Order: sequence, then C-alpha cells, then structure tokens
Amino acid sequence: MKRREFMQLSGLSLGALALPSGLVMGREVSAEQLLQPGADVAFKKQLADIALNAARSKGATYTDVRIGRYLQQYIFTRETQVQNVTNAESYGVGIRVMANGTWGFAATSDVTPDGIATCAATAVAIAKANSKIQTEPVVLAPQKGVGEVSWKTPLTKNAFEIPVKEKIDLLMNVNGEALKYGAAFVTSNLFFVNEQKYFASTDGSYIDQDIHRIWPTFTVTAIDKAAGKFKTRDAISSPMGMGYEYLDGLASEKIPGPNGLVGYRNSYDMIEDATMAAKQTKEKMTAKSVTPGKYDLVLDPNHLGLTIHESVGHPLELDRVLGYEANYAGTSFATLDKWKSGTFNYGSKLVNIVADKTQPYTLGTVGYDDEGVPCKEWDLIKDGILVNYQAIRDQAAIIGEKESHGCCYADNWNSVQFQRMPNVSLRPGTEKRSVLDMIKGVEKGIYIIGRGSYSIDQQRYNFQFGGQLFYEIKNGELVGMLDDVAYQSNTQEFWNSCAQLCDKDDYRTFGSFFDGKGQPSQVSAVSHGSATTRFNGVNVINTGRKI
Amino acid sequence: MAILTKEEAKKIIDKVLSYSKADEMSVALSGNRTGNIRYARNSVSTSGETTNLSLSVTAVFGKKSGTATINEFDDASLEKTARRAEEIAQLAPENPEYVPMLGPQNYLETASFAQSTADINAEYRAQAAFDSLDPCRKKNLTAAGYLEDTAGFSAIGNSKGLFGYNKATSVDFSITVRTADGLGSGYAIRDVNDVSKLSTKAATEVAMQKALASVNARALEPGKYTVILEPAASVDLLGNMMRSMDARNADEGRSFLSKKGGETRLGEKLFDERVTIYSDPANIEIPGSPFGGGGGRFGGGGSDGRPQEKVAWIENGVVKNMYYSRYWAEKKGVKGVPPPSGFIMMGGTQSLADLIKSTEKGILVTRFWYIRAVDPQTLLYTGLTRDGTFYIENGQIKFPVKNFRFNESPVIMLNNLEAMGAPQRIGGNLIPPLKIRDFTFTSLSDAV
Repeated sequence: MKRREFMQLSGLSLGALALPSGLVMGREVSAEQLLQPGADVAFKKQLADIALNAARSKGATYTDVRIGRYLQQYIFTRETQVQNVTNAESYGVGIRVMANGTWGFAATSDVTPDGIATCAATAVAIAKANSKIQTEPVVLAPQKGVGEVSWKTPLTKNAFEIPVKEKIDLLMNVNGEALKYGAAFVTSNLFFVNEQKYFASTDGSYIDQDIHRIWPTFTVTAIDKAAGKFKTRDAISSPMGMGYEYLDGLASEKIPGPNGLVGYRNSYDMIEDATMAAKQTKEKMTAKSVTPGKYDLVLDPNHLGLTIHESVGHPLELDRVLGYEANYAGTSFATLDKWKSGTFNYGSKLVNIVADKTQPYTLGTVGYDDEGVPCKEWDLIKDGILVNYQAIRDQAAIIGEKESHGCCYADNWNSVQFQRMPNVSLRPGTEKRSVLDMIKGVEKGIYIIGRGSYSIDQQRYNFQFGGQLFYEIKNGELVGMLDDVAYQSNTQEFWNSCAQLCDKDDYRTFGSFFDGKGQPSQVSAVSHGSATTRFNGVNVINTGRKI
Repeated sequence: MAILTKEEAKKIIDKVLSYSKADEMSVALSGNRTGNIRYARNSVSTSGETTNLSLSVTAVFGKKSGTATINEFDDASLEKTARRAEEIAQLAPENPEYVPMLGPQNYLETASFAQSTADINAEYRAQAAFDSLDPCRKKNLTAAGYLEDTAGFSAIGNSKGLFGYNKATSVDFSITVRTADGLGSGYAIRDVNDVSKLSTKAATEVAMQKALASVNARALEPGKYTVILEPAASVDLLGNMMRSMDARNADEGRSFLSKKGGETRLGEKLFDERVTIYSDPANIEIPGSPFGGGGGRFGGGGSDGRPQEKVAWIENGVVKNMYYSRYWAEKKGVKGVPPPSGFIMMGGTQSLADLIKSTEKGILVTRFWYIRAVDPQTLLYTGLTRDGTFYIENGQIKFPVKNFRFNESPVIMLNNLEAMGAPQRIGGNLIPPLKIRDFTFTSLSDAV
C-alpha cells in the first residue's frame, strides 16, 4: 500500500511520523488465519542451523538468521461505516552474514531447507562482492550466546483473538459519540501488530519472541460551512506494547487534569476521549488566535513525547552522528567531540533522559534486539550533560563501549536490521508536583496537549511543533482555548529552558507507531515517557493565514 | 518470472475469473524485481535485490467484498484463492459506498518500460556507486548516496471484461556530498524510466559543487524574500497541494478548495494566471501508468480500473478539476477523474542561470526538508532549506547562507509568482524552477 493511499484510506490527518510505502507488509489473509500457530520452535531451530551452516561453509565469519512471521490487522471506519479491514501475514527468512569484514544480506519467502541454503549463499556472495569497495571493515562488539530462550509481550488479551465484530462495534460507538456531541465527521482506526520472531546466530543464541503492539486512534472534524472553516482534533491515545486490554479504559489509569481534561496512562477510554474531542473541536472553532511572542510552555506528556523523539531521540542515534544517514534523515549536531568533552550542556540540570527497551507496556520493549543482544536501560543525558548515544554491535567500539546497547531492529524478515531508536524518556521530577501546581506558577503561558504538526532540521537544531489543544495560562489559571499556535526553538536552547517537572504520578508514555528511517525506508515503533514539564520563554508563532 | 508478458498475465487472470461464483470478481496481478545499493562515509554500506510476484483476488456479493492474496500460481492455488476471497466477502460488513465494477476500458499506450533498466545487475549498481564515490574521494569530500532500480508489470482484470496490462521501469538516485569539515553540504536527485539517461557521476558533480560552494554560510535575518526554488525544492509543496484536490473533502467543507457557504472553488481563479498544471500519462518525459495503481508515483487512481487521461487541474490560474472516488462521482452525478500518477507544471524557456541573472536580490534554494502540514485549511506548510542555500544579488550568487525554516502555503506562493524556467523531471513530475516573491522564512537553523 502506498503511503498516500493509506492516508486516503484511513482518513488520518498528517499526524503520523512516517507512513512509508509498504505499510501493509505481506499477503492478505482472513482474520482466523492470523490465529493459526506458526512453525514450532524445534523446527525453526533446524531451519536456522541450516542457514548458519550454509553461510559458514561459504566463508562467512559471522551469521545471524531471523525467521519471522509478521501479522497485522488494521481497521478503518468513518462515521457510520467500515471503510476497510486489512488482515496481513508475511512469513520468511532474512540472513545476514559477515565475510571479508563486510556485511551481506539476503532474504527469501522460500522457507525450505533448499531455499534457506541458497539464500545464505547469496548473502555471502553479496558480502564478498561488496568487500571489494569496502574501506571500513566491520568490527563487532562481542556478544555471548544466550542459548535457547524466549520472550513474550506480557498481555492479558491477545488482540488477534478478539472478534473483528467487537472491534467494529467499538469504533461505531466511538464515531456515534463523536457525532452525537457535534462532530461533522469522524474517522477511527485500530492497528494491531504481532511479530513472531525467531533469531539464531553463530554466537550460540536461539531466541524465540512473540511481540504485540496496539494503536487505537481517531480524528474528529467540526465544520462551519457558512464561515468556510473546519477544525480537527486527533485522539490523545498512545500506541502501546500491549494487548487489547489497553482499551479497557480503567479508571485507575486516568489522570485528571485541569478543565475536565483527562490523561491516559496504561489504559485508554476511547469513547470518553471521542466525546471530549467532539466538544473540544467545536470549542476550537471560536478559539482566540494566539498573539505571537515568548511564552512559558506547560507540555503534556502526550505532546512532549514527540518533542523528545525529534530533538533527543534522533540526534543521539549513533549512525546519524557517524554519517550513515547523511543522504536521507541527516546527521546530528550532537557530534562525538561534544560527547567526549563530558561537559556538553544538552539541557538544564533537571533534564535526565534515559534510553531503554525494558519499560513495561512500551513499544520498544522486547527481550532481545535483532542482533540477539539482551535489552537494558542506560543514560543518554544526566543532569543536563550528554553522556551517551544509542549503539548497536558494529558501533559500540567507536564510543568505547564493551557491548551493544541492544537497539538493532528490522521491520520485516526481508529488511536488514540496523540501528533504531529505543524508548527515550525524560525522568519525572523528584519533588511532589501536579499539573495544577505547575500551572499555578505560570504568569504568561500556554498549556499544550497532543501531537500536532512537527518539523526539525537534518542536524536536529531548529524545530517547530504544533499540538491538538492549546490553553492560554494567565496568572496561574487557564483562561481559554487558543488557536494557530506553534512554537519554534533550538534543541539546546529549548532543553536548557526546562524549568520544572511534575512527579512520577503524572508520568505517561507517548508513542510513535510508524517512525521512518533508512533507504529503503523501514518503520519502527517507539515510546517516550515523561511527566508534564515546563519550559520558560519559548518563541510562539501565529500560523493563521488567509488564502 | 517476476515480469510476465501481457499474454501470460491474461491467462492467469482469466483462469482465476473462470473459478468465480461471486456477483463480481476482480484480479490484480503484479510482479517486479527491485535492487538497491546504499553508500555513506565514502564506502558501500548495504545492497540487496528482491523479486516479487503476487496475485490479489477480490470477490463481491451485493455490497460485500473480500480480498485474498497468494504467490503460488498452480491451478489449485488459483482456485483456492478465488474461494477464499468469496468466503471473506460473505463474512464482510456491507459497504454502503460500494460501486459496481467497470466494464472494458480503453487504456493509453505509455512508454514507461525501458529494457536498459530491466537489465540492471549488481555489477551495474557497484559501478554506478563507484562513479559517484570516486570523484568525492579524490577531492576529500564525503559521499552518501542511494540508487534503487525497479522493473515490473501490473495487470488487472474483472468478470465484466475489463483487462489492462502495463510494464514499467524506474530508477531513483540521490546523492549528498559533504565537506570533510562538515561545513558544506550539497545534494542532487534524479529519476528516470530509462537508466541510459542517468549519469551518477554528473549528478554527483552538481552535489560536489554545491557542497564546496556552501562552506562558511552567513546568517541572514529571517523574513520575506524573493526565492528561486529549484524543482527539488518545490516538488513536495506542489505535490502536497495536488494531493489535496480531492472533491469529496472539498464538498464536505474540509479542504483548501472549500469556501464560505458550503461551495467549492472549482472554476475560480485561485493562482497567478500563468499557473497551469495538468497530467498526461502519455507524456514522453514522465510516462506513467495507463490505469490507477502500479507504476504511478502519485498514488495513481487506486485499483478501480479507471483509465488515466490527460487532465487539466489548474489552467491559467483557475481550478479546472478535482479528483473523485467512483462513489463520490456517482453521488454527485459527474464523470469524476481519478488522481493523476504525476503532474506537469507548465513553465517558460529560461534556464536556472537565466532566472538567477534576472534577480536583483534573492535566495536560491536547492531543496526543502521535513515539510509538514501546519494548517490544512490554508495548506500552510513548514520545513527547512537544506544542502545548498545561496544569496543572490545583482544577478549573481554572492555567498552561501545559513538554512532557514519557512512557513508558507503553495497557494500563496503560486500567487506570488515572478518567473518560471524550463520544466525538469523530478519525482515523476515535470516542474519548472520558480521565482517567487515574499516567500516567508520564519527562523534560522544552524544545520549544515
């Protein structure tokens, strides 16, 4: 499916980070087929050993093999009808080898002993051919084999076991509530992903993983035809590394905010959010256009996550820093000399940013990465100082690390694995503070919720972000909704203006389901946690225009 | 095997249709071979090749449809797939917007296939990469580039007698060259159907020249400037605008083409009178797919089988057409054209150099980056300049300037048109270099 066709199909506004072509990867199947078990572990081990032996016999010095079954179910609706239900399955083998100090990769959907042996030989042949123009031989950080192990996303309701009818009924209720409360149009979507991945390497690892992700979302549109005006509000859900239980809407996971606003932690009430969205979209139609200038910003976790993603997550990807993404995503301002100095002030002393692939319920969390490295947590920014990057096995030595950080990922069996962002999160404050406490201290500010327009340069200095909801703060109180708001800043300046953090009770994760990178482009899913945070004196522009 | 002939494709499609027990059945069959080579830090990083052949069958009962896909082609598999699609259709919810399938259509012949591209192999790719890397290594510049080639076919058919077949090839090449000190960066991008028209060396030389010329950029105050946008800069803004010309959104009041009172801007003059944009799948410079889907770089018309024709979208500044789904066209009682597979903006005869020569004060923009919608109502977009931004004074490039962030709408931009050069192929479209006055830059970026 082409990205644009997807956008038309889903009715999504331009909110997703990247929706590259090939979003639906695999052949269409029936919903019941998604429940059929894949090959068993013993059989997969036999196949993997064929790949490892075949590559070794052709001269590979290292080999890893991924036997993957990737399941997707996407449901798209608008108003009172279902637009599309897509069930897709993709099954195949990707084999990565090293020969003459050079990587080679080949993949096949022919998952038979012969097909796999041929594929392994092709990978070695590519490695040997490319080694002739290779100028930087690959150095792999050591990784001890982990033996035969397994890992599963902890979930209580496998989304693929829930009948499609139940899911459609939910979306029809969501749309019905939005229409009841004044929406002119509403689109709603459910995305479910299950990666069944078997990894084996010549290090002696045989890893079986069953990974689940979910993303419920919608867009509500209000129209004033007489005035020729329309406004939208997207869901403030987050994609999660969870099963269908995310949609239980548990009261215990709701965080009450000012003005009747609700934040959702690890359980989402989609109908409640759609109701609020319909009311808020109507309110947006008459919201005051912002006066440009400097404001103190109070940023909700469902908004701040994207700012963290773009201004901290991406610039600290070591492959960008080293220049591997120069022709596409770009390089990074966070160069090795800044890190080596040990004094580079990325942010104020309050800024502690941690990378992990271990936080419960998050998109980045797995047991092992796609190089067989056990997942962990490490600091990127400590007390405002840049202290580390995100690295994989062939980069670890460059930054003096003895082992990989475990952030290697491929989005399908036929894609080659490379460095992808782990969860990158801002630690909450240690002093007790609620959102209301924070707003009370702001004289002239804007409270921003939800993910809106976003753009950042190729070295991650200059950025501009919008949002879904903007509330003006005057003398410690919310005084009404604003429109046409976007803030522009510079990464280092912005993080140094970080002035106050709410505490752990307000901590929530934001997620990106389709983060794009690489050529050919691959997607990955990643979460960003934070509590509501205050940034002082940020430049706000007015985006209103007349055509 | 991945590229079937018209006869081979028709035989398979007819076989599947012969198994149909549904009210209607359609079949889409496509295959391709695609290869790539990627390099960075002056060395090859990854390279690969894949082949695909797949068949998709859609069965319809009343207003219920189901689709099944398979990549095996023996008779039993084909029949199984037809049955599977029928089973899924029986279980599907009714789609009130379903429109019955089209009968036979007349499709234009397009020259979208080139044997030279279909013949590309790993050695060709390595040589193409070397031709780009070698001059950079010799000049102590750092190259990062990507070449991707595809050769494939797409065939469609249905139980009402429709049949279409098209073969297409494409090559996309992009190159970023950076100076060793990281203070200069240049870019070039090319796309062709016929690889014999591509020189990775020539494109790389443009990027090298821009990298060297962009070192030590000076800061200019953000504000409104006359800009000369190379086609690589304007293509995304114009493409986004073209993709926003959906009739249903306009009729529903949620488009830049909606206006007060519930009407649309169809037939209104919305741009400078020199602005004419049309599409033509038979254009020899950007041959596209004769029917939707497969081969089109612009989303095509979906897989509903409607033919791609020559369509005027904007003529002398007037909105002439919007694109329709078949459902919406039927509801509105209009013919309803599908979205195009590429667009052509008419320009002048001047070269980029001529445009620069005639500019008293302005900014030359190589490309924009990270363009995102800010306001769908006004088509306001933000993004940044990248890889070669230069100050022009008295008809000459004076010095490189630091990158800017812009906030601008292509609608406003095409009202502030000063001059246009000769159209060039970019991303499957033909776009002239554009000179635009009062282009809005809102802040500076330190990025190189």
